[in-house]
Amino acid sequence: MNQNVFVKMEEISKIFGTVKANDHINFEVNKGEIHALLGENGAGKSTLMNMLSGIYKPDSGSIYIHGHEVKINSPKDSIQKGIGMIHQHYKLVEVQTAKENVIMGQSGKFFMKDKELSEQIKKIANQFGLAVDPNKKIYDMSIGEKQAVEILKVLYQGADILIMDEPTAVLTPQETKKLFKIIKNMAKEGCAIIIITHKLHEVMEVSDRVTVLRKGTTVGTLNTKETSPKELTDLMVGKAVDLSIERPNVQRGPAVLKIKELNATDIDQVKVLNGLTFNLYAGEILGVAGVAGSGQKELCESIAGLYPIDSGEILYEEENLVGKSPRDIIKKGISMSFIPEDRLGMGLVASMDMVDNFLLKEHHNQKGFFIKRKPIMKKCEEMIERLEIKTPGIHHPVKQLSGGNIQKVLIGREIETNPHVLITAYAVRGLDIGASHTIYDLINEQKQKEVAILFIGEDLDVLLELCDRIMVLCDGEITGIVSSSDVTKEQLGLMMAGEKGPVEVDIV
Amino acid sequence: MKKSSVLWTIVICLLLIFAKIFMGTSFLVAVVIAGTPLLFATLGELITERAGNLNLGVEGMMLIGAVAGFGAGFITKNPIMAIIGAVIAGALAALIYGFLTITLRANQVVSGLALTIFGTGLSSYLGTNFIGQKMPENVIAFYDPIQIPLLSKIPVIGQVFFVQDIFVYFGYIMAIVLGIYLFHTKTGLNLRAVGENPSAADASGININLYKYVHILIGGALCGLGGAYLAVVEVPQWQENITAGRGWIAIALVIFCKWNPYKATIGAYLFGGLSIIGFRLQHLNISQNLLDMLPYLITIIVLVISSMKKSKENSPPKGLSVPYFREER
Repeated sequence: MNQNVFVKMEEISKIFGTVKANDHINFEVNKGEIHALLGENGAGKSTLMNMLSGIYKPDSGSIYIHGHEVKINSPKDSIQKGIGMIHQHYKLVEVQTAKENVIMGQSGKFFMKDKELSEQIKKIANQFGLAVDPNKKIYDMSIGEKQAVEILKVLYQGADILIMDEPTAVLTPQETKKLFKIIKNMAKEGCAIIIITHKLHEVMEVSDRVTVLRKGTTVGTLNTKETSPKELTDLMVGKAVDLSIERPNVQRGPAVLKIKELNATDIDQVKVLNGLTFNLYAGEILGVAGVAGSGQKELCESIAGLYPIDSGEILYEEENLVGKSPRDIIKKGISMSFIPEDRLGMGLVASMDMVDNFLLKEHHNQKGFFIKRKPIMKKCEEMIERLEIKTPGIHHPVKQLSGGNIQKVLIGREIETNPHVLITAYAVRGLDIGASHTIYDLINEQKQKEVAILFIGEDLDVLLELCDRIMVLCDGEITGIVSSSDVTKEQLGLMMAGEKGPVEVDIV
Repeated sequence: MKKSSVLWTIVICLLLIFAKIFMGTSFLVAVVIAGTPLLFATLGELITERAGNLNLGVEGMMLIGAVAGFGAGFITKNPIMAIIGAVIAGALAALIYGFLTITLRANQVVSGLALTIFGTGLSSYLGTNFIGQKMPENVIAFYDPIQIPLLSKIPVIGQVFFVQDIFVYFGYIMAIVLGIYLFHTKTGLNLRAVGENPSAADASGININLYKYVHILIGGALCGLGGAYLAVVEVPQWQENITAGRGWIAIALVIFCKWNPYKATIGAYLFGGLSIIGFRLQHLNISQNLLDMLPYLITIIVLVISSMKKSKENSPPKGLSVPYFREER
């Protein structure tokens, strides 16, 4: 077999219960190649890669590494065969130093020689252009640095096949550029690199070849140079898709929500919101950009009355909401939906059905001691139809729906209350393209009804297309409020990293 | 040296001087003896918790170790057999806990509590024939104090720390060995990683279950030794429930010493002192009940203080009491 084929997976199948996660997949990566693995959620990308990293075992099919057929039974096996996986959620021990994380689990002398190891690590870091201080603790590091440690770890383990799971999900555009440079460097040094992603422009920018998966099967492998984002999307979704997001023109109304000098601290007395001042107008979508954990969650929760604030004002139609109970705030027409990382939205009870979940927010408005399900059932039926929610019925527990449908239920319920202010955080987190567009349409519909919308997002491209204005948060501080039609992604990235940009509170 | 460790040293020196002046050297010697079972149990729980397992069965493992150590020494009249019996019994008791929490992934708190209840019952049952019995003379003689040449000549400290029985010396050695093991060896590093973030350790190819089993067993053996010291050396006569809550104090001491074996010695001797100070203060006309309460009261105070002060370095292992599944993520 050709020595340049580092990884070859043949006719791989993996079945979970009744779901075929991988169905006779073929996949091949060469030496010195950056290979993108593209697919929607549930297409089987992670399942396939987890079989390389020793987490799962394939039900059938064979894996060849460097031309030899292998059985990978554990992560240890995988490491020994030169495969290094960089997980989406970093696998680092926070209280230990970079060095300790790198040498963890590796063979070596029983007693650790600190200096020798530091030298070794620095050498590898320099070779690949990774900026890592071996003696820095992980909890003191930025997300970009942590990723560098992860990469260093697999390189130290001697990996020449690197798998990166959504490596850019939490990076600023600048950090992403740096990462791509490192990846290209590694490819030049003779590594084979697999990137799992769903961001098309990154596939176009960095990869040599791309394999598209759909519903557990291989759709095809293409040379990146000979394809286009449009073609890739069509392959991924299986039908022609319109990629652009609409931004309907709506006459901006009065400022509905005015935030003035909002300050808050967390349990460890760290400032999480630092002097936030901004207005939210009726009929506009104000996007919030920022690296995860920059204060987005705290901002949402303070407005909804769930987070204690130290000082500042939240004025809703000139009335201060600070100190009001969450229920009072909901009654005034402010509604929030926050999709946390594990996706079972805040505010939905997983094991309850749709009707009961609706009742959680509705029963206050009903008179009498007993709850009335009938009217709610009708509302649910209507919503299923309108939002195309795929569910066996309104009495099915929501946790058994797919992620996208759960999110539709959550946002649908918020919209059902006819809010004046709609706060949504990570509304499309983990959704595929089709489902994302349904959610964008829903939000745009609300905008046309003159609702003031605060849209907290992850993907800068989406923010730029969907929102009227974008506010950038960094470490709980506003580093810029700009009109989305005259800002570039790079400028946003700089502000996300802490550089002060224009703060024009009232630009139109 | 860090500021905090300088402060600690000063406090300890002051305590030592204070105790020497007011209570005399013999009190300090007794303090070290009283602290030794606590030290073993604390080190045992510490190494267990470093592997990410909270074992509340310390009291039970100590009692099982005590009855096994006493029984082995009493029946064979061999001092070494007493130690071996205690070590094996403690490790076997820990194996029950390990099997429940690692292999069956049972709840750690419930499993630990069950082990304590089981251990208390088992030791009473096995000990019924020993009640009132004394250790054979030759076994007691084996654990007579031994003078360490040179070191025992240091004023005060020599008398207090280096004219002791071999159990006490073994305690010092264990604390130092565990300290070096945790902070300066590869396996120690891997162990800390297992306790902090098992999924990271797993991804680095560390055998999580093996690390957990080995260290839980070592922990159990140390707890067993702690119990045996009480029954074989400190009070060489069998009495029911001989540990009297020391296992619980040891669990608190692990928090007090911030999962650091060196600091465990300080904690153990400090609480050893508290547990016997009552006898020495009887002439002061303070209620005996109040004095008996002292170690437990201080335990509560220590827990309150240490839970108020939070820092990333001194917090418990993050994976503590969380069972680990590879495929659940």
